Amino acid sequence: MAKVIYEKPKGITDAITHYCPGCTHGIIHGLVAESLEELGVLGESIGVAPVGCAVLAYNYFNCDMQEAAHGRAPAVATGIKRVLPDRTVFTYQGDGDLAAIGTAEIVHAAARGENITVIFVNNAIYGMTGGQMAPTTLLGQVTTTTPYGRKPEANGFPIRICEMLSTLEGAAYVARVSVHDINNIRKAKKAIKEAFQTQIDRKGFSIVEVLSTCPTNWGLTPAEAIKWLKNNMIPHYPLATFKSPWGVK
Amino acid sequence: MARILMKGNEALGEAAIKAGAKFYFGYPITPQNEVSAYMAERLPEVGGVFLQAESEVSAINMVYGAGGAGARVLITSSSPGISLMQEGISYIAGAEIPAVIVNVMRGGPGLGGIQPGQADYFQATRGGGHGDYFMVVLAPESIQEMVDIMQEAFDIADQYRNPVMILADGMMGQMMEAVDLDNVEKSDRNLPPKTWATTGMAHHQGKNIINSLELDPAKLEKHNLDLKKKYDEMAKNEVKYEMYKCDDADIIAVAYGTTARIVKNTIDMASREGIKMGLIRPISLWPFPQEPFDRTADRAKAYISVEMSMGQMVEDVRLAVNGRKPVHFYGRTGGMIPEPKDILAEIKNILGGVK
Ligand SMILES: Cc1ncc(C[n+]2csc(CCOP(=O)(O)OP(=O)(O)O)c2C)c(N)n1
Ligand code: SF4
Ligand SMILES: [Mg+2]
Repeated sequence: MAKVIYEKPKGITDAITHYCPGCTHGIIHGLVAESLEELGVLGESIGVAPVGCAVLAYNYFNCDMQEAAHGRAPAVATGIKRVLPDRTVFTYQGDGDLAAIGTAEIVHAAARGENITVIFVNNAIYGMTGGQMAPTTLLGQVTTTTPYGRKPEANGFPIRICEMLSTLEGAAYVARVSVHDINNIRKAKKAIKEAFQTQIDRKGFSIVEVLSTCPTNWGLTPAEAIKWLKNNMIPHYPLATFKSPWGVK
Repeated sequence: MARILMKGNEALGEAAIKAGAKFYFGYPITPQNEVSAYMAERLPEVGGVFLQAESEVSAINMVYGAGGAGARVLITSSSPGISLMQEGISYIAGAEIPAVIVNVMRGGPGLGGIQPGQADYFQATRGGGHGDYFMVVLAPESIQEMVDIMQEAFDIADQYRNPVMILADGMMGQMMEAVDLDNVEKSDRNLPPKTWATTGMAHHQGKNIINSLELDPAKLEKHNLDLKKKYDEMAKNEVKYEMYKCDDADIIAVAYGTTARIVKNTIDMASREGIKMGLIRPISLWPFPQEPFDRTADRAKAYISVEMSMGQMVEDVRLAVNGRKPVHFYGRTGGMIPEPKDILAEIKNILGGVK
């Protein structure tokens, strides 16, 4: 009989996702779902979907879900967690959602040491609305609202969320990972699991920033997009564990 | 417990706890700060949670999360803070989450002032945020009534899965009155169990989703039609009002909250001068009561809406009177409070004119 070596995680529903070919949102969904399943908390989990390409994540994660207003997921998650402190509560947010319109919510959830887990998908662009500049868009990067490339004089500088949140005592686990190759996908999975473990151990706020591709709005093929992430995003957004209850190397 | 002397803001907090609300999210703003201070002290004693949010935007979204997780939640603020909450209130209505929101109104627009006002009537009774939605809006005239209404407000919210707003003003929040918190009438409403709450799939059947998004226009229209049915039910069942000395009144004032009490004083002054004046006091501002107007329109010579605004409820009064009699308006605003003698002068003016 054939041996099953990989199956769809129980944390993912049968719904067909709407993500573009080559988009890494799907990989990240898979890692979150596997982590919840392996930690045995799927039935105890409540996820909060953002406004962005992952807006329909409530259809994809096989756990209870709430859909938040743009940027407000950390506040919504706070409300859920305060009512149900023994459940696992997470948000899944894009960079426009978390680092622009939702800056106040993410900073204060971290500052309060809110015992939730945040999966932060940084693709350096507003995917859903068609490729506008995000707060994380790199200098020189062309978007529909920076047609001549992002210029610091006019558009300021890209925000490094992990470095910023690491300064807050309430943030217990802060890591930046990427999903551009198998090795990094494994590391990303480990970080996501550690972030959830931080919450389960009631250690405080945890966030994993995942560098992700948007081939559609970057105007690249999926393969080119992977290369672009590696060559352009990682130099500006170094992969590291910034804080961890288990210590950082 | 007997009647005790309490500030409105504190009494409403205690009333919410008595109604089973163990969660409170807020952000400081005058003239409702005593609610937060009271809840910060009391909620830990009853095993609840008080959380001071970083903004009203965040606070109302915490209410969304907590209400969606099945809890009874209270949030209070005053005019500028309520404006910031409109996004969240629209989402709460769209996702059908029960919650009680108190607006202790002050003068506006903009930063306005910190003295009592009633200029958020349009915002409260017309939904306030984007999209087609309504919420029951209740306006008590005394601290005791505010306490009684709190229980009712939570029950209405749970029954219809909809936000309910209590529209008070700075005067109600700040003044002290004797209240009985123990003999609040429990309603006999049959409240549905919260089987829809997101408590984790291990804790209920199937998967629960709290959401206001629907990308298919046909399905979104259907959602709006379902909501409309619910609003129609609310409009039919949740009307509340008081009629005061309306039976043989020549002129009928319409007023709510603090202003209604001032009008009651005016009625006594008027009757000493032989003027027959009555009061229709809407307690539910949405749904706005139609019946008291139908009962009085034949006999009364005129109506006058008295408000602490430049004229907002007067539009609903005109709709209710529907051209049968003249509708006048008297208002003070910006934190100025109408005085009985000035209201009476206006009434003499009108009666002189409608002979
Ligand atoms: C209040 C509000 N403003 C604007 C929008 C429009 N909007 C939808 S998604 C989005 C950007 C999402 O970008 P990001 O968070 O980076 O997610 P991505 O699509 O890239 O995954 C915006 C601005 C909205 N839905 N609500
Ligand atoms: S627009 Fe970009 S982020 Fe959105 S699904 Fe497509 S590739 Fe992914
Ligand atoms: Mg993005």
